[in-house]
Amino acid sequence: MTETGYFPATQGATEAPAPRRRLLDQDWPKLLRAGAILAVGQVFIALSGMPVTFDRRLLIDPILSLGYLSLLWLPLVVSYWVGREQVLEGMTAYAKGGRDVLAGAMTALLGNAGLALLVVGITHFDIRDPLVNWSPQLLGILEFEESVWLGALIWPAIGAGTGALGGGLHWASSRISRTTVIVLLSVFGAAVLESVITDLTQGFHIEAVSEWLYGPKRGLTYPAAIVVAVAVVGVMTGLAAYRASPARDERAARGEGAATSGGSDTTRPAWRRMPTRRLVNLVLTVAAIVVLPLFLGRLTNELLANVGLFILLALGLNIIVGLAGILDLGYVAFFAVGGYSVAVLTSPGSPRFDPEIPWFGALFVAMLLAGLAGLFIGAPVIRMRGDYLAIVTLGFGEIIRVLLLSDWLSGTFNGAQGITNIPGVEVFGLATVRGFEPRSVLYLVLVFCAIAVYVSWRLENSRIGRAWMAIREDESVAEAMGVDTVSAKLMAFVTGAVLGSFSGAILSAKVGSVFPHSFAIIVSIVILVVVIFGGMGNIPGVIAGAVVLIGILGGPNQPGLLQEFAEYKILIYGALLVWMMIQRSEGLIPSVRRARELHIDEMNQDAWLRAQAAADDAHNGGGNRGGGRP
Amino acid sequence: MQLTTKQRTRVDWFLTVLRVIAFLVIGAGFLAFVAQAINSDNPFARWANPDAINLTGEQLQGLVVTGLAQGAMYGLIALGYSMVYGVLGFINFAHGEVFMVGAMTGAITSSKLAEAGYWESSFVLCLLLVVVLSMVVCTVTAVIMERVAYRPLRGKPRLIPLITSIGVSFFLQNCVLVLLGSTVKSYPDLPNWLTDKRTFLEIQGSKILVLVVAALAMAGLWYLVEKTKTGKAMRAVAEDAEIASLMGIDVNRIIVKTFAVGGAMAGVAGILWGLLFRSVVHTTGFLPGIKAFSSAVVGGIGNLGGSMAGGLTIGVAESLGPLMILEPLGVSGPSQLRDAVAFAVLIIVLLVRPSGIFGERLPSEERT
Amino acid sequence: MSRYKILGLIRLGRLSIPFVVALLAVFALLATSCGNDDDDGSGGRVDALGDGSLGIVTVAEGESIQIRSLNAISGPVAFLGLPNQRAIELAIADYGAVMGFSVDLGTPLDDLCSPEGGQAAAQTIVADEQVIGVIGTSCSGAAVAAAPLVTEAGMVMISPSNTSPALTSDFEGNAGANYSVGYYRTAHNDVVQGAAMANFVFSELGVDNAAAIHDGDPYTQGLAQAFRNSFEELGGTVSGFTGINKGDTDMVPALTEVAGGSPGALFFPIFQPEGDFIAGQAPTVSGLESTQLLAADGLLVDEFLALGDSEGMYFSGPDLRFGTNMNQSTGQNADQILAAYNQAHGEAPSAAFWGHSYDATTLLLDAIAAASWVEDGDLYIDRAGVRQHLNSVSGYRGITGTLSCDDFGDCASPKITIIHHESSAAIEASKNNVVYSYP
Repeated sequence: MTETGYFPATQGATEAPAPRRRLLDQDWPKLLRAGAILAVGQVFIALSGMPVTFDRRLLIDPILSLGYLSLLWLPLVVSYWVGREQVLEGMTAYAKGGRDVLAGAMTALLGNAGLALLVVGITHFDIRDPLVNWSPQLLGILEFEESVWLGALIWPAIGAGTGALGGGLHWASSRISRTTVIVLLSVFGAAVLESVITDLTQGFHIEAVSEWLYGPKRGLTYPAAIVVAVAVVGVMTGLAAYRASPARDERAARGEGAATSGGSDTTRPAWRRMPTRRLVNLVLTVAAIVVLPLFLGRLTNELLANVGLFILLALGLNIIVGLAGILDLGYVAFFAVGGYSVAVLTSPGSPRFDPEIPWFGALFVAMLLAGLAGLFIGAPVIRMRGDYLAIVTLGFGEIIRVLLLSDWLSGTFNGAQGITNIPGVEVFGLATVRGFEPRSVLYLVLVFCAIAVYVSWRLENSRIGRAWMAIREDESVAEAMGVDTVSAKLMAFVTGAVLGSFSGAILSAKVGSVFPHSFAIIVSIVILVVVIFGGMGNIPGVIAGAVVLIGILGGPNQPGLLQEFAEYKILIYGALLVWMMIQRSEGLIPSVRRARELHIDEMNQDAWLRAQAAADDAHNGGGNRGGGRP
Repeated sequence: MQLTTKQRTRVDWFLTVLRVIAFLVIGAGFLAFVAQAINSDNPFARWANPDAINLTGEQLQGLVVTGLAQGAMYGLIALGYSMVYGVLGFINFAHGEVFMVGAMTGAITSSKLAEAGYWESSFVLCLLLVVVLSMVVCTVTAVIMERVAYRPLRGKPRLIPLITSIGVSFFLQNCVLVLLGSTVKSYPDLPNWLTDKRTFLEIQGSKILVLVVAALAMAGLWYLVEKTKTGKAMRAVAEDAEIASLMGIDVNRIIVKTFAVGGAMAGVAGILWGLLFRSVVHTTGFLPGIKAFSSAVVGGIGNLGGSMAGGLTIGVAESLGPLMILEPLGVSGPSQLRDAVAFAVLIIVLLVRPSGIFGERLPSEERT
Repeated sequence: MSRYKILGLIRLGRLSIPFVVALLAVFALLATSCGNDDDDGSGGRVDALGDGSLGIVTVAEGESIQIRSLNAISGPVAFLGLPNQRAIELAIADYGAVMGFSVDLGTPLDDLCSPEGGQAAAQTIVADEQVIGVIGTSCSGAAVAAAPLVTEAGMVMISPSNTSPALTSDFEGNAGANYSVGYYRTAHNDVVQGAAMANFVFSELGVDNAAAIHDGDPYTQGLAQAFRNSFEELGGTVSGFTGINKGDTDMVPALTEVAGGSPGALFFPIFQPEGDFIAGQAPTVSGLESTQLLAADGLLVDEFLALGDSEGMYFSGPDLRFGTNMNQSTGQNADQILAAYNQAHGEAPSAAFWGHSYDATTLLLDAIAAASWVEDGDLYIDRAGVRQHLNSVSGYRGITGTLSCDDFGDCASPKITIIHHESSAAIEASKNNVVYSYP
C-alpha cells in the first residue's frame, strides 16, 4: 500500500515546503467518477434493504440507528479516498488544505444525490415487482418519516457534511485524524458490544454501569457515547505521552537485550527460548482467558464457544492453506467427519453402533477417521495444480455431504433426519460438558484451541513447517532442494484434518444433534475468509480473524453480535474477501514471511527506487523535489 | 532421498488401487445393467440388487437426451471459464453467477413482456429482445467484475485471483438475493413447438434448441479465437502477456474483450437455461457453475473443444450414472447421489489423466 | 396512482401507532381493574394452577410478563418465520394485559432454521430467568436443539410450525426421539398429513401403487416417509422412493427411477424451485405420462400455482379455510386478524402458519393467566401451573379450529385437507376447492 504524505526519500536532506493548490484546482474527472460510484453504492445499500432491516437496532439511543449508519459510512470512506493522493516514491505530496475538504464534500454530495433521486423515484414509480425493497418502509426511512422534499434535500446535505469530514481527515494532523477514526470506531464498538458488556457487568455485579451505558433499545445513551469518546481520547493522549517518555525507551532497550540473549540458544526447550517479557505477557493472557469465562454470562460464553469452534477450524485450514499453500475448498469434509463420528458413536439415537462409547473414545476414533480422510482426499490431489486441486477438494466436500444426506447410508447416518440426542462430554467423572452450559463448552473449546495453537506453533517452526513454507513459495525449487513435497503435503492435509475434526466433535456434543445441512460448502468458504482476513500463515492473525468475523457477523449457522446482519452475512463475507485480496492480501495481522512473498515485486521496486534516489542525491546533492503528480 | 522415492511409490501404489477400485465398481455396475437389459431374470443382473428396475429403451433414450442437453448447458458455461483461463491463466469462479444474472434478467424481462401481452403474440421477437438484453447485462457485469476485482491482481500468484473470484461469486449471488428477494422467478409459458416432443426421435424442442445453440456457440468461439485478429491477439496474450504488449497489443483491452465474450456467452446460456427449466432463483448459478468448472477441468481447461466435451461427459454421467451403475449395485435412492457422481467423474478423470481429457501441459503452467 | 397508494399506506401506518397505543392503554386499564378486583377478593394464591415444582416467577409491579418469539426471520426461510412473528405480535396486542400485567415479547429472535441457530437463540432466552414461554421455532431442526434447553429451564415452548413426529409422538403412544416435557405445538404432525395423503390416494383416487420423492430436507423427507408408511399400512405399494438434491434442475433421472415401478400417483412434498422442475418434467418421462402428481403445503404458494404445469395437481395441507373461526381468548376472527396484519405490514402473510402462531400465543397467555396470582401488587407465575394448564387444553376454539393437547404436546386441530388445483388462472378458487378432508 502506498502511504500518503511525505516520503523521507532522501535521508538527511532538509525538507522543502510542500506546494499548495488552490481550492478549485480539483481533479474533476476523478471527483465525478467517485461521486457516481458512491451514488451507485448508496442506492444499492438502500435497495438491499439494510436501512429497513437494521433500523430496529439503535447504536446511539435517540439519534443513530444501525440502519442510518449503513447509509453514512460509505460517503465517509469514499470522500476519504478521494482526498487521498497516491504519492510516487521519491516525490512530494501537495500540502493538504481546504481543497481536500471541498473535494470530499462535493463527492459525497454527488453520491448522496443518488439517494435523493431514489426518494423521488420511489414516490413516483412502483417497481417493487423485481426490486423487493422498493418499499414504503424504505421511503419512510429515507425521508425521515417526514416529507419527500425533506428527504430529497437532506441527503445531499448529509453527504456534504460526512464528505467534508472524510476529506478533512487528510487535512488535520495525522494524530487528530487517527484519534477521530479511533473514537468513531470505539463508540461503534461499544454500541455493538452491548450484550457482552452487559453480561460482563452482571458477572462483576456492577449492573448499574451497563444500565447507565445502554438505553432500553440496546443503544448507547447519548451521554454514554460522549463519555466513551472522551475516555478514548484520554487514553490515547496518555498513551502518546507514555510513548514519548524516556522511561519507556529504557525498558524497551532492556527487553531487546533479553530477546537477543535468549534467542539463539536452541538447546533449551521452546518456551524457554522466548524473551522473558513475552513469556510474562503470555502467562498473563492465558490466566485472563482461563479466569474470564467465570465472570461471563451464558450469552457471551455461548458466543465465545462458537468463535472457538471456528478458531479451531481456521487453525486447521491455516496449516493447509496458510502454511503449505494448498487451496482446499472442501475443508468442511473434515469438520463433518469429526461431527458425524462422534454422533454415530456416542448417541443412542444413531441407527447403528448400539454400544455407545464415551466422548473421548469417540474423539480418538474421529481423529483417526479424519486423518484417514485427509490421506484419502490428499493422496489423489497433491500432485494436481492449485486450481484443479481447489475444485477437486470442493468436490470431495460435496460428496461427503451428499453421502451423509443420502437414503442409501441412512442406516448409519440417519439421512436427512440427522442424528439427535448426542450426550455431553464426561470429563473423567469430574464434570460434564453439555451444550446447556456454555461455560463448560467454552472451557473444552479453549483446551482444544490451546492444543491446536501449540501444535501449529511447533509445526510452523519445525523442519516440516519450513518444508511447507518452501513448498508454498516455490514447489519446484523446494523439490530440487531435497524437500519431500509429497509427504510434506500429505502431512499438512492430515494435520489440518485432525484439527478440523476436533471442532466437529465438539460441535456434536455442544449442539446435541448433527444434520448434513450444517456441513455445506459455505462453511468451507467462511473458514477460508476467516483465515485470509486474519492473515494466512499467522496464528495470532487467524485467531483475530475468527474473533472479529465470527464474533461480530457470525458463522454460517451461528449468530454473531450483530444478529441483524444474518441476511447480509454472506454478502459481506464475499465483499470482504475481495477487498482483502486486493488491498491487503496478507491479512489483518500478516505473517512477515507471507507478506514478503506477496509483495516481492513492490519491495524490489522500493529497493530500486531507494537506490536511485540515493544515487541522485550523491550526484546533485539535492532531492527529487517538486510536485510530482502521479 | 531414499525415503522420498519410497514415499512416492507408496502414494502411487495407493492411487493405482484407487483407479482399479473405481474401474471395478463402474464395470460391475455396468455389467449388471447390461445383463439386466438382456434378460431381466438373469441371475447376474440381480446379484446385488434383487429389486433393480429395468429401463425401457424409451426411458434410456430420455436419460441420454436430457443428459446431453444438461451437459451442453454445462459446456456453454464452461466455455466462459476456459476463455478466461486461456488468456489469464486463472479460473474465474464467479462465472457461474454471471450466468445466473443472465437467467434472472431473462426471467424478469420475459415475465414483464408476458404481462404486457407481447410474449404470446410475437414470441420470437420477444425472445430475441430478451437474449440481447441478457447478453448486455452479463457483459457489463463481467467487465465491471474484471475491472474492480481482477485487474488490480495482475501478476499475483494464480491462487490469489482464484480466491478473489470465490468472493466475487458469493457477493454477486447475495446481491441478487438482497435486491430481488428469494422467491422463485419463472419464465412465462412457452409456445408448443418448444415444449412438445418432436417427431424426430421424440425430443423436446427446447432440448434440440440447446444442443444447436451449443454447437453454434462452439463454432463461433472457434472462429473468433482462430480466425480473427482479436483472436490472434488473445492467443498472443495467452502465450506471453509481456511480449504481446511489446508487440503493440493492448493487453488490458484484450482481457476486457475476453471477459466480455465470456459474459455474452453466459447471457445466452442463461436464457437457454430459462427455456429448458423455466424457474430461476439466486442460487441457480452456483451448482451449475461448479459443475461447469468441473467440466472445464475434465475436458482440459483452456481447451474450448475440451470444455464442451467435458460438459457433455459430466452431463451424461450424472444423468445415466445413478441408474446404470449405482442402482444395479443395490444403492437405494441413487438419484440423490447425482452430484456425488458428477464429482466422482471429475476425480476419476483426473486420476487417470491429471490434466484432463484433452488437456496438454500449457506454457501458462510455468506462470504460477 | 402508485404515488398516492404508497403515501396512503404510510399515513395509515403513522396514524395506527397512536391508535394501537390507545387501544393497548384501554385494554390495560380494563384488565388492571379486573385483576385488582380478583386480588382484593382472594388476597393471595387461590385457584392458580401448579405445585411450584418448577419454580415461581415474580413480576414486580409495573414490569411486564416476559415471553419470546423464536422464528426463522432471516434468509431463505424468512417467508415462513416472519408471518409467525408478526401474528404473535398481533395476538399479544389483541389479548391485552394478563392479570393486569402487560406482556413483553422482547427482541424477536432468529432460529436460522438450523440446530446451531436454535441453540444459540435458546441460550439467549434461558439467560433471562423472567421468561415464561417461547413461541417457536419455525423449523423442526432448530427445535431439536432449542426445546431441551428451554424446557429444562422450566419454560414452555409452543411451536406454530414444527411438524416432525420426533418432537412429539407417532400417535401410537410412543414418544418421539426428541420429545421434551414442556414442548407443545399448534402445527399438525407429519404423521397426520402423510396419512391424509395416503388415504386420499388409496381410497379416493383408487390408486394402489404410488411413488414419493423428497429433497433431502428433514421436513420433506419426514413427510414422504410418513406417506410411505401409511400407504403401505393401507395395503398399497410404494414402488419408488427416492430423493433429489436442492439445487438440482434436471429431474429426469429421479423421475425415470420412480417410473420403473409405473406408479399411478407421485407425491413430492418439496419446495420451489425443485418442485417446478418435477412438475414440468414428469409428463415428458416415459412411464409417467398419466401419473397423478401430488404435493404438500410447501408448494401451495402462488408462484407455483401460477405455473401451467401445476394444473390438475392435488395438494395436502392444514385446513386453511379459517372462515369465521374465532379465537376464544381474544374474540377476533380470521378476517379481522388478516385485516390488521395487512394494515400493519402492507402485505398478506407469506406462509400459512400465522393462524397457528396466533393460537399458540393466546394458549400461552391463557396458561399464564391460569397459573398466576397477584400478591401485594406483584404477579407470581407458577411454571408448573403453566404446563398443567397446557396439558389440560381441550376443545379450545382457535383460528385454526378446535385445539386439544395430547400427552405429548400435539395440540393442533387435526384436520388435514386436500385441494384440487384446476386452473392456474384462478388460484384463490383452487385454494378453497377442498376435495377431501382427514380425518
